[in-house]
Amino acid sequence: MTPVLASFLSDFGNAIEFLFKAQPSNLDPGTKVGGFSEMLSLTLKHIALSASAIGVGTAIAIPLGLYLGHHRKGEFAAINASNVGRAIPTLVLLTVFIAYIGVGFVPIMLSLALLALPPVLTNTWVAVTQVDRDSVDAARGMGMTDTEIITRVELPLSLPTIFAGIRVSAVNVVATATIAPLGSVDSLGTPIISENVYGEDGRLGAAIAVSVLTLLISAGLAAFQRAITPEGLKLEAGASRKRFLPKLRRRETATS
Amino acid sequence: MLQVLAQIQTRNRTGGTCEANNGFCPDWIADNYDRYIDPFLQHVFLTVVSVAIGFAIAFALALLAHRKRWLLPAFSGASEVLYAIPSVALFLLLLPVTGRGTLTGLVALVSYTLIFIFVNVTTGLDGVPEDSVDAARGMGLTERQLLWRVEVPLALPEIFAGLRIATTTTVGLAALAFFAGAGGLGEEITRDKGFQSNIAVAGGLAVLLALVLDLLILFVQRLMTPWRRAAA
Repeated sequence: MTPVLASFLSDFGNAIEFLFKAQPSNLDPGTKVGGFSEMLSLTLKHIALSASAIGVGTAIAIPLGLYLGHHRKGEFAAINASNVGRAIPTLVLLTVFIAYIGVGFVPIMLSLALLALPPVLTNTWVAVTQVDRDSVDAARGMGMTDTEIITRVELPLSLPTIFAGIRVSAVNVVATATIAPLGSVDSLGTPIISENVYGEDGRLGAAIAVSVLTLLISAGLAAFQRAITPEGLKLEAGASRKRFLPKLRRRETATS
Repeated sequence: MLQVLAQIQTRNRTGGTCEANNGFCPDWIADNYDRYIDPFLQHVFLTVVSVAIGFAIAFALALLAHRKRWLLPAFSGASEVLYAIPSVALFLLLLPVTGRGTLTGLVALVSYTLIFIFVNVTTGLDGVPEDSVDAARGMGLTERQLLWRVEVPLALPEIFAGLRIATTTTVGLAALAFFAGAGGLGEEITRDKGFQSNIAVAGGLAVLLALVLDLLILFVQRLMTPWRRAAA
């Protein structure tokens, strides 16, 4: 048991050392790989790629969800977007873009944006349709136009649920950006995909780094979500992240 | 330069210009479909075994938390943290512990199924109407009878919904299990990721597997909840 534990600890020790201190490359001992500065630069590329994808995905999903939800249109598509999205493996989504469109930042970013879209669309649609009818009627009685009702009543009241969807998307996208190097885009997954260059320590080190990054982003977005939730809505039971999954399921069971 | 690249990419393939251009080639697919059979069966194995084990664990934990409420936040918190770790990373983090192979793939995949099943069993049991529970108690059912004859049957739609989400998600994550050396369709996908025919077949099989398993669970659900069909 002791030697197993020792080798296990040394594996992780070496991997963590890789994150902070550059080491000779496997392929060419003359060049150095890893170390704090390279890992920091890969982390920033990882975040930039993920943020662009989430930005594009939500920029499409939120207006679409608001419009469809406000007019009670496209229920089937909006509700099933998440289910269909889940049935397509992220690796398949990414490689379909690689094989049929090409490699590079734009195709990979778009494939991740497509991954980010369904949870936000479903949550936006569900949130808007569940806005209290009395509030919408009151707004209409005050003379608000449809656009004003959407942007000044339905959107603010839907924000916590929409944001829960964004958080699900963000965690998915940040996790999936790990395999972006398959499409020749650098991310924290680079040492994982290019193990021949970075070695086993680099691969394990990158796995540790990407796990820490995802957990931090997930926790950070959860805190932000609590901060943007209006006080009144916090009183409702389960106004936090749990909103996303149970609501979806209730719909699923209702239709099946 | 392009020719050199094409040669490098097609070194594992034989055939005409369609293959050399990384195109979608029905002839190539017809000649080579048998190479996908074993990875596909591995993929089915990984998915079904992980979901089965995950269901057993999560269902038992949910029943436990149903009786002892104070366990609930601990269980759901732990399964949420497990779920937040990217799958590629988890497969690799487990390598020094469990080594390369199917076992590592299964351990990681099981840990991802827990949250869906646990949360759904819990919400399903919580959603059982108080009246039904009171009526059952009034009829003299013991706690055990109450659970298995009233609460679990009434929670079945939620439980099955959780099982379906867990299954489709696991099909997707199993596509990355090759990072743990557990094989599956992901290995075929990445082996020749620029070749349209390869992506169409291997990716198509993965999506098809998710849909078929989903429909299969839906079918079992219909069989096990006849009263819902009667009501519909």
